[in-house]
Amino acid sequence: MSVHPIAVTINGKAEYLEVPAHMTLLQMLRDRLALTGTKNGCEAGECGACTVLLDGQPVNSCLVLAVEVDGRQVVTVEGLAQDGTLSGLQQAFIEHNAVQCGFCTPGMLISSQALLARNPSPDEDAIKEALLGNLCRCTGYGRIIQAIQDVARGGGAS
Amino acid sequence: MLARPGLPQFEYVRATTSVGVHDLLSTANARLLMGGTDLFTQMRDGVWRPRVVVDVKHIPGMQDITMDPGGLTVGAAVTMNQLARHPAVQRLYPALAQAASSVGSFQLRNRATLGGNLCNASPCADTAPAVAALEAILVLSGPAGQRETPFYDFVLGPGRTVVGTDEFLIGIRFPAQPAGSAGCYLKLGRSRMGDLSVVGVAVVAFRDLAARSGYRFRLALGSVAPVALRVPAAESLLAAEPPHETNLAAAADLAMHAAVPISDVRATAIYQTLMVRTLTLRALESAWAQLQGAGR
Repeated sequence: MSVHPIAVTINGKAEYLEVPAHMTLLQMLRDRLALTGTKNGCEAGECGACTVLLDGQPVNSCLVLAVEVDGRQVVTVEGLAQDGTLSGLQQAFIEHNAVQCGFCTPGMLISSQALLARNPSPDEDAIKEALLGNLCRCTGYGRIIQAIQDVARGGGAS
Repeated sequence: MLARPGLPQFEYVRATTSVGVHDLLSTANARLLMGGTDLFTQMRDGVWRPRVVVDVKHIPGMQDITMDPGGLTVGAAVTMNQLARHPAVQRLYPALAQAASSVGSFQLRNRATLGGNLCNASPCADTAPAVAALEAILVLSGPAGQRETPFYDFVLGPGRTVVGTDEFLIGIRFPAQPAGSAGCYLKLGRSRMGDLSVVGVAVVAFRDLAARSGYRFRLALGSVAPVALRVPAAESLLAAEPPHETNLAAAADLAMHAAVPISDVRATAIYQTLMVRTLTLRALESAWAQLQGAGR
């Protein structure tokens, strides 16, 4: 086992850590940095509960090594609110009751944030396509899609 | 408490040149890391227990897409999303762009690589039929330098390729396509999007005055044989006879007879066989419509 020093920017803050080679980005976020908003679901890249932004692009953090993010930018659900104000998407998820148990919500928010960054006015199919790697087992997808459409229509600033 | 135990321990080596990588591969019980979407899931399942994981995606060229008069060169570690959104790939190699965009989910496609998909050598690899139909050449790096191998020689069977223990894939070369080439990749999964393929069909077609029909079609099937399967009988038919409705249907029948699927958790063999005909006909019709549109 090798241990590696890394410098990574997480939610705008520089972090310096020593990580074992086999530690995943997901484990680093949750176990080292106590950023437990990012959830550990399937650990196989299927459920999307661990989705974070890596240099602005959504990835499954269970399939990324911590050592691989040296020198890069990571944004987790904790980084979406600015100065205590929820993002437009977060506010819309609340207003549309798009949260039930909440386990999928951080990944849903990260994936939809990334979607709106590359396509500010997605149609319903584009939203479904963007979220197909994020599984929800209780809320249902309807309200989540409505919340995203609301923000895309200008119902909230993302 | 983690629901699953995470990854087993290993050493991580970040290679920035191919020097030294061949030695590691042949002596150190090493596995290559590019996107990790197959490697890490397989390591968690106990398929691999490498002592060293060699991250080769930072070797120069591995993440580059380059076009020149000879064609398209794709670094082995180019991601599916890089391919899917590349304007020249979309325009000139649509079967490849569509195959790349059909893999997994958006966040998975930000990590999954073309080289990884080909080297993992799964029978249901989405890019394999497109790469076969486009007659790509794979470039391998070994201790004595580089060697090239056509994709039709590359995959030996499920999970097995011609890559030697001290070699690794660095790039995939796609020959320049004739002007006005058409192509598509059609995929059937258990759900409309995001699943592994039950049947995948890639078609590439272009005008060719050397063919009696005036057209050349290349057809490759995925998920219905141990390796991606070209269908020479169907290709010959469409090179000899005009690709009108009856001949496209006859070619789709030939594709169906060429398929040798096995029943598995995703579909029965008979269903896959019938769907080969359906998807092949749709893919041929789509390519033919593109060609006619380009000819006007």
